[in-house]
Amino acid sequence: MASIPQKVVHQYLRHNKKFPHVWCAGCSNGIVLGAVIRAIHELQIPKDDVMMVSGIGCTSRMPVYVDFNSLHTLHGRAIAFATGIKMVKPNMKVIVITGDGDATAIGGNHFIHAARRNIDLTVLVLNNHIYGMTGGQYSPTTPEGDFASTTPYGNIDEPFNICQLAMGAGATFVARGTAFHALETQTLIKEAILHKGCSVLEIVSSCPVIYGRLNKKGSPSRMLENMRDNSINIKAAEKLPPEQTEGKIIRGILKKDDKAVEYYDKYTQLVNRIKSKNK
Amino acid sequence: MTKKTEKSRDGVIILEEDFPGKMEVEDVIVDASDDPKKSPVYIFYNWCKKCGICVAFCPTGCLGRRADGTPYVKNPEKCIHCETCDRLCPDFAITGSKDKGGIFNG
Repeated sequence: MASIPQKVVHQYLRHNKKFPHVWCAGCSNGIVLGAVIRAIHELQIPKDDVMMVSGIGCTSRMPVYVDFNSLHTLHGRAIAFATGIKMVKPNMKVIVITGDGDATAIGGNHFIHAARRNIDLTVLVLNNHIYGMTGGQYSPTTPEGDFASTTPYGNIDEPFNICQLAMGAGATFVARGTAFHALETQTLIKEAILHKGCSVLEIVSSCPVIYGRLNKKGSPSRMLENMRDNSINIKAAEKLPPEQTEGKIIRGILKKDDKAVEYYDKYTQLVNRIKSKNK
Repeated sequence: MTKKTEKSRDGVIILEEDFPGKMEVEDVIVDASDDPKKSPVYIFYNWCKKCGICVAFCPTGCLGRRADGTPYVKNPEKCIHCETCDRLCPDFAITGSKDKGGIFNG
């Protein structure tokens, strides 16, 4: 019998889960999951030291398929659960995977407060501009004028800029990648995991079946081509005049602050101070 | 193919099996050659959802698409082992061969 080649990704998948996975054909969640697994594989973190937490949604199905410690929690509350895990197990790499609706609408409160506290979490926000799993309602990141099943005449809301929201709330590592630039996103995920403090990584992904169909974005590969053509690396964008980069997705590390004190360290300092007083 | 199984509350759980899932060797064989070792790319047809991303982004035209959307290795000699299909496949259904000197390990 010929030996079947295994991808590295296959070693990290749960063998007792039903494959192929639940996502639609061409959904970029699988690409991002592959990038996350490769990043963890390259960092050589043991499977037992990684914790993946998610809420509800298409994106939040991800921890179900991987062989790490995983927690599939309430809608929008993934960061709240992850904060608890981080406080109990400070050495664990806690990765929160949420979608745009999960992180910025229902869990918006938890999202900004995790960023404010600067707790050592890696928050990956997959932004596909729509609520995919529940039938295509518009989300806080749906661009103005775009169609969703609840905005049949076009969306009139201004969309959230997740990276600027995270920076304003005080996250110390903020970056943006796209699903098409899988290798670049992989390095960004690696940096986000290594960073001590709240790291927020927005990954622009595609929903070809609901968002793509309602907005006539074309096939899955066409949507990925759009990401390639409409995005620009921050290093290249700095050299260009602002009118040329307007409306484009800026990729790369937007903010990195290594000096800020992490929340668990502050907590340990507090505990030590009180203990030394009571002696 | 050896299978170790265990009965549990949720039904039968496959403990050890050659990955991926229920794939038979016949599924791996691509159009380019009858021997999977000679082909630069392996496609796991049981996992493929025919989204066409691998074919669209193959930089050299090594992969082709059948009428029903299934990818196949059209020109095996054109493969440059760039890993693009491997990285961009959302279903983990395509990978390359190390036997042909490729760097596919991701």
